[in-house]
Amino acid sequence: MKGKPLVSIVSAGLSKFGKLDGLYAREIFAEAAKEAFERCPKLDPKKDIRALFVGHMGESYEHQGHTGATAADWAGLLNVPATRTEAACASSGAALRAAIYAVLSGLCDVVMVGGVEKMTHRTTAEVTEYLAMASDYPFEQWHGITFPGLFALMATAHMHKYGTTEKQLAAVAVKNHYHGSLNPKAHVQKEITLENALSSRVIAWPLKLYDCSLITDGASCLILTKPELARKYTDMPIHIVGSGQASDTIGMYERRDYTSLTAAKKAAKMAYEMAGTKPEDVDVAEVHDCFTIAEIIAYEDLGFCKAGEGGNSVDNGETKLGGRIPVNTSGGLKSKGHPVGATGTAQAYEMYLQLTGQAEKRQVKNAKVGLTHNVGGSGATAAVHIYRSE
Amino acid sequence: MSEQTSFTIEQFYKHILQGKLLAAKCQRCGKLHLPPRPLCDNCFSKEFKWVELSNKGKLLTYTVIHVAPTQFQGMAPYAVGIIELEDGVRIPGMIRGVAPEQVKVGMSLVMDFGTCAATPQWPQWPRYYFKPL
Repeated sequence: MKGKPLVSIVSAGLSKFGKLDGLYAREIFAEAAKEAFERCPKLDPKKDIRALFVGHMGESYEHQGHTGATAADWAGLLNVPATRTEAACASSGAALRAAIYAVLSGLCDVVMVGGVEKMTHRTTAEVTEYLAMASDYPFEQWHGITFPGLFALMATAHMHKYGTTEKQLAAVAVKNHYHGSLNPKAHVQKEITLENALSSRVIAWPLKLYDCSLITDGASCLILTKPELARKYTDMPIHIVGSGQASDTIGMYERRDYTSLTAAKKAAKMAYEMAGTKPEDVDVAEVHDCFTIAEIIAYEDLGFCKAGEGGNSVDNGETKLGGRIPVNTSGGLKSKGHPVGATGTAQAYEMYLQLTGQAEKRQVKNAKVGLTHNVGGSGATAAVHIYRSE
Repeated sequence: MSEQTSFTIEQFYKHILQGKLLAAKCQRCGKLHLPPRPLCDNCFSKEFKWVELSNKGKLLTYTVIHVAPTQFQGMAPYAVGIIELEDGVRIPGMIRGVAPEQVKVGMSLVMDFGTCAATPQWPQWPRYYFKPL
């Protein structure tokens, strides 16, 4: 089945990303669902959709768990089997993998998969505490290591081993803010300078405020079906041709190397092999830039460059729009925003736009092969998917 | 050390409270587990023995936390890092007794139990820390 479509994406939806005051997670999810339904008039949601998978990380935000049924209810999909997946910031990347299982099993012809998180009504201290739950409690949180702190440990290790600089980290933020300035749904649609980034306050040295992704509200969703049924619903399907997911130690300290994420490498290998593609075939990618160092490590783990050369890739403009392989054309988690449960399928939404030629000002010319890379916690989960246009 | 004690995180911290750094050694494959665990992830054995580790090691990587969780805010900015102990196992911890800007990758550190005290509420674990050797 090498290179053959596993499933097809026949529609996709994304809410506005940002500070959505007065809205509840379920209401934001309904906004994303509405766009997906409107894009696909041949789909009868109540009749056709046979299951819903929703990524959602934290019930602490709204004192609300049981997100599968809640999202199904508000999306007008009452009575479908609805399941929440939780894999920290990779919750909807994992939901996507689960949705693929559902279609490939033969049990469901059409499924909806998405994710949601409502975060901005909480204080930064509260959000920091909730996000930290994605890391090990007894040895990491207990000794005062924050979530940015874990990625700061990776940044220090990368700088020490390869000579990566704080300026190169800042350059990732500058690039992604430029891309985000072209995305009308991005949380922050504003360009920044290297000086802005380098002079922002320290959060966890060497990471500064502009090295960190945003606290954002948002939702995303996709409609998947069997490849042979795709044309029944749309003239413009895209296909998922590779899917990989892997896990790693929950305690980052137990790993042998802090400059790379083993789970991401394993997920990428699985996805590339299934798709019959190589890193150099990828035309456009969305990677998990929860912190700037994570994007640099992603280039290396995905084979876009050699280990240690991620900093140079961003310096040389290789990953900017117009470059060799544009990365995070949506603005990424850094500028589009990071409503954690929504991120995995929001990355897939960008692939849907890019591979169907609907990405407007940020369109990558002749994009045919896309890749998404979604990471949970400090890398205890990673999901990689590869997409191909018709 | 009693062979009846269970190989749990709870027990690891009870040892720390007594000023002892102990890991669980798998009796079948020899893997050293820090933290201890009830099932060896390498060979699936459930037979372990407590072994005392050297409390000295080298700093592999670190960060200086400026924006801290609520209970640590009074200490910020503070350095935390991952230390490879002489026995080869790795453990995170706060680094004290040195200014954060003087902390360097590769420096020699030693675990200190001096101010160890259990917290009043769950999980009632003490906090060890590291200081320059």
